[in-house]
Amino acid sequence: MRSTRGALCFLAVLGSAAAVAAPPASDTNVQRGAYLVRIMGCNDCHTPMKMGPKGPESDMTRMLTGHPADLKLPPPPDLGKGPWVWTGSGSMTAFAGPWGVSYAINLTPDPETGIGKWTEKMFIDAMRTGRHLGKGRPILPPMPWSGIREATDRDLKAIFAYLRSLPPVKNAIPEPVEPPKAGP
Amino acid sequence: MRPAVALLVAATSLLVAGAAGRPGTVGAPRLLSQTGLYAGHAPGVDPRNLPFTPQYPLWSDGAAKSRWVFIPAGARIDDRDVDAWVVPPGTKFWKEFAFGGRKVETRLIWKTAAGRWIFATYLWNDEQSDAVLAPPEGVPDYVEIGPGKRHTIPGVSDCRNCHEDEHSPLLGFNTLQLSTDRDPLAPHAEPIRPEMVTLRTLLERGLLRPVRKELLESPPRIRSATPRGRALLGYFTSNCGSCHRATGTLALLGLDFSHPESVRDEAAEPGYATTVGRTGKWGIPGAAPGETRRIEPGAPEKSSVRYRMVSRHATTQMPPLGSVVPDQEAIDLLDRWIAEDLPRK
Repeated sequence: MRSTRGALCFLAVLGSAAAVAAPPASDTNVQRGAYLVRIMGCNDCHTPMKMGPKGPESDMTRMLTGHPADLKLPPPPDLGKGPWVWTGSGSMTAFAGPWGVSYAINLTPDPETGIGKWTEKMFIDAMRTGRHLGKGRPILPPMPWSGIREATDRDLKAIFAYLRSLPPVKNAIPEPVEPPKAGP
Repeated sequence: MRPAVALLVAATSLLVAGAAGRPGTVGAPRLLSQTGLYAGHAPGVDPRNLPFTPQYPLWSDGAAKSRWVFIPAGARIDDRDVDAWVVPPGTKFWKEFAFGGRKVETRLIWKTAAGRWIFATYLWNDEQSDAVLAPPEGVPDYVEIGPGKRHTIPGVSDCRNCHEDEHSPLLGFNTLQLSTDRDPLAPHAEPIRPEMVTLRTLLERGLLRPVRKELLESPPRIRSATPRGRALLGYFTSNCGSCHRATGTLALLGLDFSHPESVRDEAAEPGYATTVGRTGKWGIPGAAPGETRRIEPGAPEKSSVRYRMVSRHATTQMPPLGSVVPDQEAIDLLDRWIAEDLPRK
């Protein structure tokens, strides 16, 4: 699993490096954010994968837009007691496991479907606390926030500045789904 | 059952000195007995620390709670904004949590002389003689409080989650919570003992400036069409309103459970106006798109507020932290309000 993820990360880094439009040269903060987003593998999950001639590759026309709203998924397979315990969609934007179903969110600054209404503080709080919007439900797997929380404020601010510099893309992400037997 | 106190002390010292930029408890004494709560040793509380009890307590899985406030001699609380008191530097609040008759933790909120807020939690030792500063990350699943249910000690970021919005860090200590016009249906409310301070006694002792006589003549209360509505809207202010309000981080959700003192009727209460008959982004699992209302008069099962109060799954439960057991008393109250009191369209 780790090697596959590493390979996808590598592909995403290559793809994003080639396709990301260069931010204004004067804005070094945004440039650093773009660099961090590339090397931290944010595109791995937040940019949908598509099947290319050499295998799955990031669809950079949908860069960082999260799980495609038009990709309706059936219920995840029942994996029983394991040892396989989680699955992912081919787009690498939806994941099912003991926590339920989680979807990669839209990181573009669209005000209604992305992070357009987020403040810098909300973003930093979310990465520090592992809570959606900085103070809501837990951020769900496989989002690696527990590693990202170690980033400096400067780096998190740079990442947020970069994300806010992206063109807003309207793409409504489904809410996460509880595991089948979890209801109230 | 509990981690050894010595281990916690070691962990605490490491974590307090931990990564820069991370929330910490720097400045908090190592022992609860060093914070000024006691006149010597527990349980003898220093008489300068004033006990109080909010009329709409936060649900904490049935914990028995005791609360005290210390206001420095000669200092006053600034109540010019009646909805957001400003306490003087040096003010301290303590809240003690007990389960099954044993003290488990005591939380401290301290506005230092420099005006900085310190949030800390202390873990009681087995002898119940003192408590030691918890690690700033908290202690997950610290103690069993029921079959399969364990109480988590909050981390500093959890404290700040609720107490550090720009509105006011004070949740259980304000005009509504200390009003002498007590709500008889408020879930889990405790009676006011003679030694406890209230809005009236704070005013009479001159601890509030400016003096607002109108608060004595007409003690704050939530005005609702029904007693259950009053109790629930009050319950929402303390259990939901620290995060869900018109200002602050989650304002973008358009969900507001605050209670401005200026509101004089139920329909204008934010907890009513933003929920009853209103559609939110979140839908009850399995419901048809658009079928869920935050509160649907006559239909508790279609009300997302109820669903999330009942849920204790991490994805959906509300509040998202601080509780592993649903508040059945409040849920029952909500069910009857929705089913019997709210007018159906």
